[in-house]
Amino acid sequence: MAVPVAFFAVFFAYPVAAIVARGLKADGTWHLGRIGDVLAQSDVRQVLWFTTWQAFVSTALTLLIALPGAYVFARFAFPGKQVLRAMVTVPFVLPTVVVGTAFMALVGRGGLLDELWGVRLDTTVWAILLAHVFFNYAVVVRTVGGLWSQLDPRQEEAARMLGASRFAAWRTVTLPALAPAVAAAALMVFLFTFTSFGVVQILGGPTFSTLEVEIYRQTSEIFDLSTAAVLTMIQFVAVGAILALHAWTVRRRETALRLVDASVTARRPRGAGQWALLAAVVATVAVLLLLPLAVLAERSFSGAGLGYYRALTREDGGVFLVPPIEAVGNSLQYAVAATAIAVLIGSLASVALTRRDAGRLVRGFDALLMLPLGVSAVTVGFGFLIALDEPPLDLRASWILVPLAQALVGVPFVVRTMLPVLRAVDARLREAAAVLGASPWRAWREVDLPMVRRALLIAAGFAFAVSLGEFGATVFIARPDNPTLPVAVARLLGRPGDLNYGQAMALSTILMIVCAVALLFLERLRTDRTGEF
Amino acid sequence: MGITKKVTVLAVGLGLVTLSACGSSDGDDQGGGGSKTVTMVSHNSWAASKDVIAAFEKQSGYQVKVLEDGDAGQAVNKAILTKDNPQGDVFFGVDNTLLSRALDNGLFQPYEAKDYDLVLPEFRVDEDKHRVTPVDTGDICVNYDKEWFGEHDLTPPKTFDDLIEPEYKNLLVTENASTSSPGLGFLLGTAAKYGDDGWADYWKKLKANGVKVVDGWEQAYNEEFSGSAGGKQAKADRPLVVSYASSPPAEVIYADPKPETAPTGVAEGTCFRQVEYAGLLSNAKNPEGGKALLDFLLGKRFQDDMPLNMFVYPVREAAQVPQEFAKFGPRAKDPETMDPAKIAANRDQWVKSWTSLVLK
Repeated sequence: MAVPVAFFAVFFAYPVAAIVARGLKADGTWHLGRIGDVLAQSDVRQVLWFTTWQAFVSTALTLLIALPGAYVFARFAFPGKQVLRAMVTVPFVLPTVVVGTAFMALVGRGGLLDELWGVRLDTTVWAILLAHVFFNYAVVVRTVGGLWSQLDPRQEEAARMLGASRFAAWRTVTLPALAPAVAAAALMVFLFTFTSFGVVQILGGPTFSTLEVEIYRQTSEIFDLSTAAVLTMIQFVAVGAILALHAWTVRRRETALRLVDASVTARRPRGAGQWALLAAVVATVAVLLLLPLAVLAERSFSGAGLGYYRALTREDGGVFLVPPIEAVGNSLQYAVAATAIAVLIGSLASVALTRRDAGRLVRGFDALLMLPLGVSAVTVGFGFLIALDEPPLDLRASWILVPLAQALVGVPFVVRTMLPVLRAVDARLREAAAVLGASPWRAWREVDLPMVRRALLIAAGFAFAVSLGEFGATVFIARPDNPTLPVAVARLLGRPGDLNYGQAMALSTILMIVCAVALLFLERLRTDRTGEF
Repeated sequence: MGITKKVTVLAVGLGLVTLSACGSSDGDDQGGGGSKTVTMVSHNSWAASKDVIAAFEKQSGYQVKVLEDGDAGQAVNKAILTKDNPQGDVFFGVDNTLLSRALDNGLFQPYEAKDYDLVLPEFRVDEDKHRVTPVDTGDICVNYDKEWFGEHDLTPPKTFDDLIEPEYKNLLVTENASTSSPGLGFLLGTAAKYGDDGWADYWKKLKANGVKVVDGWEQAYNEEFSGSAGGKQAKADRPLVVSYASSPPAEVIYADPKPETAPTGVAEGTCFRQVEYAGLLSNAKNPEGGKALLDFLLGKRFQDDMPLNMFVYPVREAAQVPQEFAKFGPRAKDPETMDPAKIAANRDQWVKSWTSLVLK
């Protein structure tokens, strides 16, 4: 417990507190009146309203579109299911700089909707909402679908035998069992969309602004740190409330359920209705998720064949000091380090959280671990700068800052994946081992480890993928001679010229493939009780 | 208790080893005045040829370390935040639109670089104190898509006034002045041209003429501008974009095979001049190294090398401008300019009024 707490205190709480304090403190005195001033501004209230509103609508829309998907992935067996499930998760870990470009091909000018019906949604709120569905589809499919696939279908069948209509059986048997998972998924989506940044900036255009975008502008463009500090605090309070609610529903979800092996509940669809449902879900996935990804790949080839890919291997001396392809190696190295840190911290936290004598305080820490997902990367990045500048923690110029920042985002995923499995381990097994004379370490190795090994691998994969795509914190720290993939893409896109654009597309495609391979690898390891992702 | 404790001890041990390891490797670099490493903090558009840097290292005996700290605005803000304990010795990349923010916050200490007297007079500022050294310059101008204007048999616009003419309706895309440096430059250009009272009226007309505003240069150029590679693929329909005077040569240089002429051109009467400065950071740990680096940035070798790396023009007298620049992107003859002090006094208010006028 001490290590994760120390990790979060030093690398998260302290830097964020430092930057907020810098904003609210001038000449040695606190100016808390700023809070009232900022809150009184009508545009701030407007931003707060829009942030909340779009998060609610995005969440509802995501549930509406993704729940049938969750059902199909849970209950139907069909060829290509694993690959498809890996593919729908790719957007979730891709950096928004890349996705924004791809998504334009769906909703923008000359995009699919434009070609078919002459509808253009770019710079409308619909582009933001649809992109949120695109990003968060996997969250719902995995959280809800994971549980759904393990609910014993015989319970519903029994209800029907007893005379319940199909709907009544679903409503009284399946829905109550599913409701907590749906609520938890909804809250995760709400959290991600509430703190949405890239999507709003790129697809929404300058007329839309969320709290996160506003914090970014105030901190890094306008340099009004006191306004940024107040906004950060508002976001903190909001995110904290969401997390508390989430923790509460997750705990409710962990009531005992009669779960079965997912492989026995999935079967081939039967009848026209089920085939139609499957077709509809696959079509939705194809249009909403795969098409934008395909556009990226297509652009990386168009005009030049493999030319852009070849250009990636040349040292151009201009944008980079090294051939851009080396970014792949850099990204992989950082991701490995970040994964190691995230898994270490995440596992320690999970073990501490599952201990039976864990008090209310420890369980509260569960929610705190999720906070980095809800705090602006620019806040953390600027905080690092002023907080970690004295020995022994003068890490500002050190490479370790990149994996540390990435691990902050990875830890929540590790915890969410490990906790359910660890909680499912029967404590009596450990007691039995202890009675038989095993040391606590040996009991853990022999009892817990075999059961969590797969969850651990999956958690590692998630942390890996997330750090591979992480952009916000990395952009501050990556050096010119060792850019990461997302940073290299952003730099290439930042210059005029056909070759730069083409190379950006080629590098994005490589990033996508690396992500997809990591996720497919996860699919192979996926076991039944592997948590919410 | 036992297991977690053991793992905890192990992890803490590991963590300390990691921390002390990187601590010590950094310690070597920052060992006070006699240090052999000189660190430059910059933004993510920094670029230089390897051999030019290597030549400096060889001649001066200093190892050069570059930290890129986000985009131009972020890099300046972060340098100010850390000025009591800076990340490096020299900061490069504060431009005339943000210069006063850096100077007012005491970011730099005075140093007159060796060849300062060779800086072209129009780029000199702060001459009584020499807190900053001009390094490069560029012009923010409207670019046009030659093919589009050829196909539509229309003469491309040349001046700010042209942009509000009805024949150019719905053709221009620009960037948000509050988040993008070319966007801000274009706004300042109109303010310089039409004056403190006139620019708002000009923008009203521009808005009525269908100007589109997006958040950043990347979107404007790669998604909305019909003359760029990305724009062609995205079927972009705006043949006018706010970009740089050096964008047309870049379109030639970064093309394979290289075309005979640039696919885009510059509307010369719409330019605003940007100048980038470097300076010795106030609490630099290696001021001597920093001074040597500033001399180098103004030196002939670097000034000659810079244009093709960062797509900017040199500020040094008689520095060479590459052939491609002369051919495809000649410098604007009479760009709009503005005194940094005036920019400082008005920037925030103008951006605010601009936002409510154009975006709301």
